[in-house]
Amino acid sequence: MKTKSIAMGVVVAVVGAAVSAGAANAQSRDQIRIVGSSTVFPFSTVVAENFGKLGKFKTPVVESTGTGGGFKIFCSGVGPQYPDISNASRAVKDSERESCAKNGVTDITEVTIGYDGISVAVNAKTKAFKLTIPQLFLALAAEVPVGGKIVKNPNTKWSDVAPGLPKTDIEVYGPSPVHGTRDAFNELVMDVACVTFPEIKALPGDQKKKVCNTIRDDGAWIDVAEDYALIVGKLNASPEAVGVFTFFYIDQNKDKIQGLTIGEVKPTFDNIASGKYPLARPLFFYVKNAHAKLIPGITEYVKEFLSDKAAGPDGYLVAKGLIPLPADMLKAQRAQTMALAK
Amino acid sequence: MTDIVAHSETIEQAVPQALSPSSRYKTEEFAARVRRRHKSESRFRWLGIGAISIAAVVLVTLISTVVLNGYTGFFQTRIELAITFDPEVIDPSGTRSADDISGADYLKLIRDALAAAFPEITSREDRRAVVDLVSSGAPFQLRQMVMADPNLIGTTKTITLLASDNVDQLMKGHIARSLPEIQRNVSDRQIGWVDALAGRGQLGTFFSLDVVTQNNSRQPELAGMRGAIIGSFLTLLITMVLAVPVGVAAAVYLEEFAPKNRWTDLIEVNINNLAAVPSIVFGLLGLAMFLNFFGLPRSAPLVGGMVLALMTLPIVIIASRAALKAVPPSIREAALGIGASPLQVVTHHVLPLAMPGILTGTIIGMGHALGETAPLLMIGMVAFVADTPTSVSDPASVLPVQIYMWAESAERGWVERTAAAIMILLTFLILMNGLAVYLRRKFERRW
Repeated sequence: MKTKSIAMGVVVAVVGAAVSAGAANAQSRDQIRIVGSSTVFPFSTVVAENFGKLGKFKTPVVESTGTGGGFKIFCSGVGPQYPDISNASRAVKDSERESCAKNGVTDITEVTIGYDGISVAVNAKTKAFKLTIPQLFLALAAEVPVGGKIVKNPNTKWSDVAPGLPKTDIEVYGPSPVHGTRDAFNELVMDVACVTFPEIKALPGDQKKKVCNTIRDDGAWIDVAEDYALIVGKLNASPEAVGVFTFFYIDQNKDKIQGLTIGEVKPTFDNIASGKYPLARPLFFYVKNAHAKLIPGITEYVKEFLSDKAAGPDGYLVAKGLIPLPADMLKAQRAQTMALAK
Repeated sequence: MTDIVAHSETIEQAVPQALSPSSRYKTEEFAARVRRRHKSESRFRWLGIGAISIAAVVLVTLISTVVLNGYTGFFQTRIELAITFDPEVIDPSGTRSADDISGADYLKLIRDALAAAFPEITSREDRRAVVDLVSSGAPFQLRQMVMADPNLIGTTKTITLLASDNVDQLMKGHIARSLPEIQRNVSDRQIGWVDALAGRGQLGTFFSLDVVTQNNSRQPELAGMRGAIIGSFLTLLITMVLAVPVGVAAAVYLEEFAPKNRWTDLIEVNINNLAAVPSIVFGLLGLAMFLNFFGLPRSAPLVGGMVLALMTLPIVIIASRAALKAVPPSIREAALGIGASPLQVVTHHVLPLAMPGILTGTIIGMGHALGETAPLLMIGMVAFVADTPTSVSDPASVLPVQIYMWAESAERGWVERTAAAIMILLTFLILMNGLAVYLRRKFERRW
């Protein structure tokens, strides 16, 4: 009897704690909550850590949910139980803005933090080859133009795409559709390439979009859900595999993998920063304006993120692989976020 | 049994009636049959040994890979530098105000110390490269020291700072010196400085428990499991408090009191099915119920513990029922016979005797919960949390989640950190299973 009543007491206590925690959570929060892109995650967490170490505010909690998943949570409402900031490796879509507005999240501030290069990489020991954007399309699209007609992609080896390329099977590991990186890849490679083919250009709008944005599903392209480190391991183990992921992983694993030259431009830090490398895209985070007054520290966090010691050309984010914004753009971002403080 | 019958039948058929019973066993055919049976016997033994060896080889490979990769995670490269706590840098106004001290540029102190250690370095680029030898957490270490003891300002002291992850990896041989410079993240000049410091005895790799005692960080050399260990502890505490009383009560009722009818059969089938439900489903349930409906905080051990309690509940019920079933009916009958009420029979006799089995099942269920990440993904516990959680409603991470997040980071230093973290998790699992074995040995009664 006694043990049972103790057990009952404990259960009641836990439920009580749960209810009171829920109530407390609904009232206030003194810790910034961030969700979103796994590409921005490493940068966001470094800023969060340094921001927390300064001791004035608690270290923000950062979740890596993918850009799309982040917006879904971010847009679910205004209030302490919803996150304050969403990281994104692409700009917010109109559909996402709409779903935000539906839940009362009307004012959001877009902050551009810098650039990231999308690299196409192979094992460091493999003989590097050069690709162009149309060649990537011919290797990876589900349907390609052959002899004036749109047919299912017949290319199985790189040498089928263009004569100079290696005679190895096309085996590409790349981000799955939940990734902003995949959207960026579609935009920078597939969309750019497909208008260079007159056959596709002649197609009606809907069909053109489908041909342009559908990556083949016959096994030549392999979706990898979250883990870029996994692609690095895969490339390291198999000399013929090709990987598509963010530039930073190449920079950190130079002894294992190398980036391929795209359109005669090598994926190097300087080439991405100067805009020469074609597969570069901006990275963002979005702040809920209504939360800037609600949650302490948000304006300070944004300020830290855009400060010279973080996002500046010699900042700690650059050491973590962020390609910095040009000085005038960085200034413009700072000026634009000043409005949050009001 | 059936085998023996079958054999004796074939013997009956195969042996001519004319032979006497004793000579039956001396024929060629009989000897061949015996040989065949012995052969199949030994074949079976070898298959069994083979299966065990495969399992053992896999286990040894797994553990030795983890240990070989991970033991270096318990070592850390440190650099000794003579730091001058220059009042001009830390507190130019001389007021010793906390604001000035906390906002000072401590990196400059390190830069100055390195410039003093390597007077030959003059170019701007080299000055920046030499600072990269020291961990980016070092300025914060100095800041903390000065904030704790402002009297340090104006003195010069030899301070041990952490080396950066690249230097650490170089010293441990994970970055090969033989590679061409372009393929390394440590330049030839940096290697020269590292060797110079090591030669002067100012740089070395020492045993360190930082990977256990520090909080999570994005710098591999600073990162530790402390927050995750506490997070796991808080989460399991909630799981235990919820799952054990509810599970044991359910098991006792179903086993000892419930009438055997269609309803209890249905409940039993459902419990058995629940034990096999993929854990991510419980995460979705937690997201829909606890977060969206009850409005509980994201990333909190409270919610994580509740979700994991739902997941372990069927395991606890099934193990407890098995333990209750194993108590012989004679105990119950004897207790009833001398006048105990059914409740007294359970609480005084059956439950204490079933306790070792219940505890074992519970601990194994808890071990299961300790290693789980999938349900926690949905409720936001897969997050970067740098502060130590102090209550069950603070944001927290747990051990397996932290391992996952470390494993997918780009820097080379994470490889050994991840393996070291796996060693820590395995240690906790082995301790829990060891406890289960101990409790079973100590309290088990045999009849």
